[in-house]
Amino acid sequence: MIEFDWDWAFAWEVLPLLLDACLITLQATLLGSMLAIVMGLLLALLRRSRWKTVSYSAYWWMEFVRSTPLLVQIYFLYYVAPEWGLNMSPMMTGVIALGMHYGAYLSEVFRSGIDGVGKGQWEASIALNLSPYRTYRDVILPQALRSMIPASGNYIIAMFKETPQLSAITLLEMLQLAKIMGSENFRYLEPFTLVGLIYLVLSLAASTGIRLAERRFPKEGFTLS
Amino acid sequence: MPVTEILSALMGGAVITMKIVVMALPLATLMAFTAGLMRMSERRSLRWLAAIYVEFFRGTSALIQLYWIYFVLPLFGLSIDAVTAGVVALGLNIGAYGSEVVRGGLLSVDKGQTEAAIALNFKPRQRLWRIIMPQALVGMMPPFGNLAIELVKATSLVSLITIADLTYRAKSLADMTLQVEQIFGLVLVFYFLMAQALNLGLRALEKRLGKGMDRGGLT
Repeated sequence: MIEFDWDWAFAWEVLPLLLDACLITLQATLLGSMLAIVMGLLLALLRRSRWKTVSYSAYWWMEFVRSTPLLVQIYFLYYVAPEWGLNMSPMMTGVIALGMHYGAYLSEVFRSGIDGVGKGQWEASIALNLSPYRTYRDVILPQALRSMIPASGNYIIAMFKETPQLSAITLLEMLQLAKIMGSENFRYLEPFTLVGLIYLVLSLAASTGIRLAERRFPKEGFTLS
Repeated sequence: MPVTEILSALMGGAVITMKIVVMALPLATLMAFTAGLMRMSERRSLRWLAAIYVEFFRGTSALIQLYWIYFVLPLFGLSIDAVTAGVVALGLNIGAYGSEVVRGGLLSVDKGQTEAAIALNFKPRQRLWRIIMPQALVGMMPPFGNLAIELVKATSLVSLITIADLTYRAKSLADMTLQVEQIFGLVLVFYFLMAQALNLGLRALEKRLGKGMDRGGLT
């Protein structure tokens, strides 16, 4: 039995390497959230479609993606995409999996944000003869944004915390590196604890940021200039 | 490999996945109520203890918690097998999220109910368990349902600590047979069906809990 002994020298040795790997994690999160926002908007708009087939397919796609594990989706992409002639790097695979998965969650946020915009705004847009594109871009989405930002932020933090799963397809992000460092040195305590702490600090900072931003946003009287 | 053989191999994994869900769910529920109630305690020490637990488990990744419990705890002389590590990690993780649901549910019950219970000379314990909790539970059910589905999804992580669950079998079958489309397609459908079944069950439970309650007009 090994006693509890925190090895500071080893901890200091792995910390800079972990912080380097953190950049990979952040990159995956950033690219993944950009894709998720695009996917989410697309799905939210498809669900509002007049054609029942389109809106139902969008609904069931969302339901399916949300109730199956991200890890299996990652494997699916990683194994099946090459069969379809798409050879992607682990990073690319991971970004697409994260984007698809959280796009499904974000679509619900966007949909409720869009539904929250008053009916009068739609009627006014019709009265002003705005095209559907301009109605969304200039009237609806800017107003929907206020309620969408905090909820989307929370999902992006959740995505950030799920990036360790990309280690399963050999992406050298923080957890994968910690695992390698651990097995090379037969010491798992320091690398895993440090990775946990890095996640804790970053996600707490991000959620505090969102809470502050939420307070900053005017609750009522949002005006369009 | 014919599809029927793949199916039967996956079935074995699905059973293990369900076992882990069934074991982790009570732990998560217990943790959710314990921490949720502690956060509303009058004692500051209890509130802080629960807050630390919740922030810690919500602030780090489930996979890291799983690895920490599986790889690091043995260093302290606590050797646990993979299944226990998986159940404990998932139960604690989902429990932390659940405690927020419990807290929110209790806070959403109208204040008049507490006042009425005090006026009727109920003891604090009776006030909580006989007046507030039954009403709060109905509102907690939908978010609990979402968390239960999150739990089913999160069980796939235990495949990374060598438990032969559905995901693990899918991956080893895929490596062996290269019929990757069928295997992973089937596994996704498996998980989807499990989540839907759980969802239906919890909705039925919600209906039962809400029986005889005048919902939406309790002021």
